[in-house]
Amino acid sequence: MDIIYLLIPLSLVLIGLIVWMFVWAIRSGQFDDLEGPAHRILMDDDDIVKPPPDETP
Amino acid sequence: MEPAVSLNRPVPAAPGHPGAVPAPDCCYHCGLPVPAGLDLQVTIQGMARPMCCAGCQAVAQAIVAAGHSDFYRHRTQASATGAELVPDFIQQTRIYDHPQVRKSFVRDTGAHEHEAALILEGIVCAACVWLNERHIRQLPGVLDVQVNYATHRARVRWDDTRIQLSEILQAIQRIGYTAHPYDPAQQQQARERERSVLLRRIGIAGVLGMQVMMLALALYVGEWKGMEDNFTLLFRWTGLLLTTPVLLYSGLPFLRGAWRDLRNRSVGMDVPVALGILVAYGGSVHTTLTGRGEVYYDSVVMFIFFLLVSRYFEMVARKRGAESAESLAQGLPAMATRLTDSTSDSGQEIVPAIELHPGDRVLVKPGATVPVDGTIESGHSGVSEALLSGESTPLQKSPGNALIGGSINMDSPLVMRVERTGQDTVLAEITRLLENAQLQKPALTRLADRIAAGFVTAVLLLAGLTGLYWWQHDPQHWLPVLISVLVVTCPCALSLATPTAISAATGTLLGRGVLATGGARLETLARATHVVFDKTGTLTEGVPRVVDVQTDSPLGRAALLEIAAALESHSEHAAAQAIISHAGPARRVAHDLRNHPGAGVSGSVNGTEWFLGNAGFVQANCSGARPQDDTQADTQIFLADARRVHARFSLRDEIRADAATTVRQLQEAGLDVILMSGDHRAAARAVADRLGITTVFADMKPADKLAEVQRLQRAGNVVIMAGDGINDAPVLGAADISVAMQAAANITQAGADMILLGDQLQVIAGALQLARRSMRIIRQNLAWAIGYNLVALPAAALGFVAPWMAAIGMSTSSLLVVINALRLTRSSAWTSSTS
Repeated sequence: MDIIYLLIPLSLVLIGLIVWMFVWAIRSGQFDDLEGPAHRILMDDDDIVKPPPDETP
Repeated sequence: MEPAVSLNRPVPAAPGHPGAVPAPDCCYHCGLPVPAGLDLQVTIQGMARPMCCAGCQAVAQAIVAAGHSDFYRHRTQASATGAELVPDFIQQTRIYDHPQVRKSFVRDTGAHEHEAALILEGIVCAACVWLNERHIRQLPGVLDVQVNYATHRARVRWDDTRIQLSEILQAIQRIGYTAHPYDPAQQQQARERERSVLLRRIGIAGVLGMQVMMLALALYVGEWKGMEDNFTLLFRWTGLLLTTPVLLYSGLPFLRGAWRDLRNRSVGMDVPVALGILVAYGGSVHTTLTGRGEVYYDSVVMFIFFLLVSRYFEMVARKRGAESAESLAQGLPAMATRLTDSTSDSGQEIVPAIELHPGDRVLVKPGATVPVDGTIESGHSGVSEALLSGESTPLQKSPGNALIGGSINMDSPLVMRVERTGQDTVLAEITRLLENAQLQKPALTRLADRIAAGFVTAVLLLAGLTGLYWWQHDPQHWLPVLISVLVVTCPCALSLATPTAISAATGTLLGRGVLATGGARLETLARATHVVFDKTGTLTEGVPRVVDVQTDSPLGRAALLEIAAALESHSEHAAAQAIISHAGPARRVAHDLRNHPGAGVSGSVNGTEWFLGNAGFVQANCSGARPQDDTQADTQIFLADARRVHARFSLRDEIRADAATTVRQLQEAGLDVILMSGDHRAAARAVADRLGITTVFADMKPADKLAEVQRLQRAGNVVIMAGDGINDAPVLGAADISVAMQAAANITQAGADMILLGDQLQVIAGALQLARRSMRIIRQNLAWAIGYNLVALPAAALGFVAPWMAAIGMSTSSLLVVINALRLTRSSAWTSSTS
């Protein structure tokens, strides 16, 4: 059972990592729009036609 | 601002889901029926598609030309009717390029880089977001664009050596949407911050909490099966290490709230919560240090986590409501054309209306809104004060007459001298009256808070007494009993009972196109006994349509319609617009157009002089047969040349398709339906008879309506009022529940309890049923919460409940309440309430 002395600190390190990742995800806007990406994945972006620059004002 | 208005026209949902293809005889872009004889087409995805107007055609062409025709495959709703890019709009957007104006909207992010936040109007489904993002991104000079689907907001970054903000706004307008910059530094940003902080608190409480629970489980099992002391010690210290950040960071809002309450010498919900977690935490720390007693770290984190989650859901519901209301209230800043020369009309400049000062001379073009209050210096024109009085017939105004800001100039240019601006205007005065009326509404929420405060005080007293008793009789157990009492009686279930049900119902309503601006309104709605409808724009569509063309002329209907449309082509009057849209695209041109205010128009088409107007006007100009004006309910317009009358157009403001069903459903629900109209008796009666309404008040001025509603209220009735005009604003403010239509004036919407976001009247009946269901669920929830407390409190005080049992009991009880409330979000909650 002495392994517990290693496992518990290890789990603490993991938790620290998870918390840091979570805070990073919020800060970088991963949670800003929870609905849009679900729809966006369905739209293809591969047929973009770039109009010649002189046509667009 | 005209294009924005036309884009706000109701959007009919296209039938069928995939691709939302409108019916073959409907406009492929917006789904409205294509007028007979009109042949406008755009080739989309290899097929010629019909279009209902030049605006839709232009928008569809712009979308296809930019390579976005996939939009039509992905969208799930028909788009808003397109509007052509008019020079006025281009002029208005230019104002944003002016450094002085844009400094409040635009942020500099680099030497030539700028960033602005935009509100997008006209977004109905995810494909719209996709279309806007792609379209804006491929404009040369645009560096980045992000559209948020949930909030309909966009963030654009661009290089101003290559593109201007006005060009971006015009490009968005060209594909059928309206964008206006807004100042994100206001509430929006504050709300975003609040949300991300709360999420972080929940996340940390959740992640750390899971570990604490795991350790707690080991400790409980160890208690039962036996465990070595050094492991127990390790687990307790780890628990302390993990719980401390949860208490200090995630639990901060409760600690802060409790501190604020205590400083104000009041007791809110936060006080027992904070006390509970502090006592449990303090006791556990004591145990950890001394090794005697038990630890309750699991109870602390579980408690904080569940409370935060319920707060988050409440906040999401609130935020959505606030955002919808915000985008309704905001628009382009009103622009005005100021004459720079104080005597002649030579120099003109476009300035924001807020920069006008008394004494300035302003040119008001036909069709434009009068920006501020003033008097006419030169020009004669019909001016519609519908926004203020509800009377849609324009008033004839000449030099010396007063102009009120917010009214619309219908016929010809006017030059006015500004007299009052800003807070001094009539419009601002009405807004203030409205705000006062709202303040006087009974604040039911305050009552609920007071009851809760009483409950909390009682719980605290009881907990104190219990703790004291156990301290004296069984000092070993006083702490766990005290914690159990505090946790088990946590007024969670009690405090969640109402808000969760209301949030769930509000969310369901929003999904069905009803924005409820305050949660407490549902309670009032459920008790309603009377419902009062305004006629024009509420039970009817609010805009006249040509319902009949009678002619015995050899020229034929189509040709006569074209002539009429050509004659009306320069008029902004509602009747003129009805004829123009009925006739389809302009095929003839009229010359020598003359406006005869209040009567009609004359002009020559193909060399013949034509007269178009009311019976009196045509009679005066035409020697031939007398036009007959036989039907009362319709507006009649006659087309004549100098010799004979050629055609009679009947215009009618049609009753909404679902008005009859709505009235019937409300009557079946036991409500008295009343019609109050400013219109004359015959017109009001005709509408009421067709809808089965027996109580009709006609010829009502706003003050009469107000008095009548107040009379009903004094008799103990709860009155719902549905209306749209500014003239309805005072009576809406006085009604117990006010419902504003989608097309209602901003000021009316701003004061309303509920705003219909779609064009369906029937949702009012649905909302009423849903409100009643919500009240049932709230009563069930309250009964459960009180019953639970009645059982759990004595048990805890007698020491039968260990703290962990209390925490589980509390959570289960709260969960039950939440799940019960969530029944309101199921679609069956709505369908069963509308069927």
